[in-house]
Amino acid sequence: MEGTAVLGRLNWQLGEVVATRPETPRTKSITLDVPGWTGHRPGQHVDLRLTSEDGYHAERSYSIASPPEDRSRVTLTVERIDTGEVSPYLTDELHEGDQLELRGPIGGYFVWEASMGGPLFLVAGGSGIVPLMAMIRHRAAAGPSVATRLLYSSRSLGEIIYRDELDRLTQSSPGLEVAHTLTRETPPGWAGYRRRVDADMLRDVAWPPDQNPLTYICGPTPFVEGAATILAGLGYGPQRIKTERFGPTG
Amino acid sequence: MSGGFISRGFKGRRQQADVAGRLPPGQHLESGFPVLSAGPTPNTPLDQWDFVVTGSVKAPKRWNWNELLALPHETPTVDVHCVTKWSKLDTHWEGVSVDLLLREVEYDSTSVRYATAFSEGDYTTNLPLADLLGGKAWVVFGYDGQPLDPVHGGPARLLVPHLYFWKSAKWVRGLRLTEQDQPGFWESLGYHNYGDPWKEQRYSGD
Ligand SMILES: Cc1cc2nc3c(=O)[nH]c(=O)nc-3n(C[C@H](O)[C@H](O)[C@H](O)COP(=O)(O)OP(=O)(O)OC[C@H]3O[C@@H](n4cnc5c(N)ncnc54)[C@H](O)[C@@H]3O)c2cc1C
Repeated sequence: MEGTAVLGRLNWQLGEVVATRPETPRTKSITLDVPGWTGHRPGQHVDLRLTSEDGYHAERSYSIASPPEDRSRVTLTVERIDTGEVSPYLTDELHEGDQLELRGPIGGYFVWEASMGGPLFLVAGGSGIVPLMAMIRHRAAAGPSVATRLLYSSRSLGEIIYRDELDRLTQSSPGLEVAHTLTRETPPGWAGYRRRVDADMLRDVAWPPDQNPLTYICGPTPFVEGAATILAGLGYGPQRIKTERFGPTG
Repeated sequence: MSGGFISRGFKGRRQQADVAGRLPPGQHLESGFPVLSAGPTPNTPLDQWDFVVTGSVKAPKRWNWNELLALPHETPTVDVHCVTKWSKLDTHWEGVSVDLLLREVEYDSTSVRYATAFSEGDYTTNLPLADLLGGKAWVVFGYDGQPLDPVHGGPARLLVPHLYFWKSAKWVRGLRLTEQDQPGFWESLGYHNYGDPWKEQRYSGD
């Protein structure tokens, strides 16, 4: 086990929404200015707490999408779950100038810092890209020599979060390769994969096992289970595969 | 802090009154069964599986799969609370009480006050021994009338429902009894050492 983070008490603090930005029709990035933010490691998350006028609370966890290099600016990217209690508030109701109560950073396991080296293999399903994006952004700022591959599964072209930024980074940041797969709809002339992540795809995209890559997988539970099990079966050491599961499923 | 802060425009979804009293602070009801763990799901063949109680004991005790299943079963129905904010009420399990297992092991109960549950891979979690005794903890291998699915910790996991669910180690393979408390996996990564959901002990310092 590495990255032993001994945290002091995590207090609730207020952040102010300084920018929001739709990423896809169902996701929005929210940038908070958090005075006194002590910094975070890419992959960590925060807990948000919403409070209604009569004192009712709801809490949820959201990964940090921004790199530590952004200092006290903390960006989250939230996918709207239509039946959800918290995510529709964040994507629809919250706007610039509002305040949000949060505490963090939380989590010392699903983290990557440039000093941990690579090669790095990132596997994202849907909004599971969020903590991996913090790693990619941090890599671009602090560790551009770490060879990195991202395999990113989305439903359709329009649902790829951070698509332009990923395109730009693959141009400007040598050693970063991005492979997309689309599972529901593909546009005409689509050159990427067009199916769910499977063993052949992982064999194609992952660094070979003898390079002992450091692997991070994030997304809905069945996606993470599937990819992690396949990689373990292909001979990747389970100790080098870290997973984070977001969404409740059955 | 929360000193009167209100989230502008947030109404929230209230819990039904009959459920409200069963949800610890900051938790919400989940009807599915979410999965959370730190790495791939391990897979040990049952003929190689065993459960051991070791550490500060007179002699370690080991059960293989068939021996464990041959012990008297209990079928607890309990509420479980995950530190990631979901709770699930009235979950049905089948397993063996930890009281029963520890009864077969000799140790000095005045000095041996802690236990570390260990699992496949490197996962560990620590608990006061008292939290494993007195009908509060089980090694379970059945869920909802079915064998426990590997994604939920099968073939067997610990079940300690009065603490946050990470204390209910998945893929558990044994208990190490100790005189000193030793923080486990999440407990070394900033999560609370004890993890009482009713006191909202999520993170160290809570
Ligand atoms: C460590 C961690 C990091 C997370 N990071 C992010 C993040 O960066 N971005 C993000 O958008 N979310 C993230 N999540 C998920 C987030 O915490 C909430 O669970 C999510 O926003 C849904 O909350 P809600 O209140 O809108 O829905 P709820 O009211 O909690 O749920 C409503 C219904 O939707 C279902 N549901 C909940 N989540 C999902 C889902 N993801 N997919 C499908 N169905 C679902 C529930 O089972 C329930 O039936 C993270 C979760 C964890 C544990």
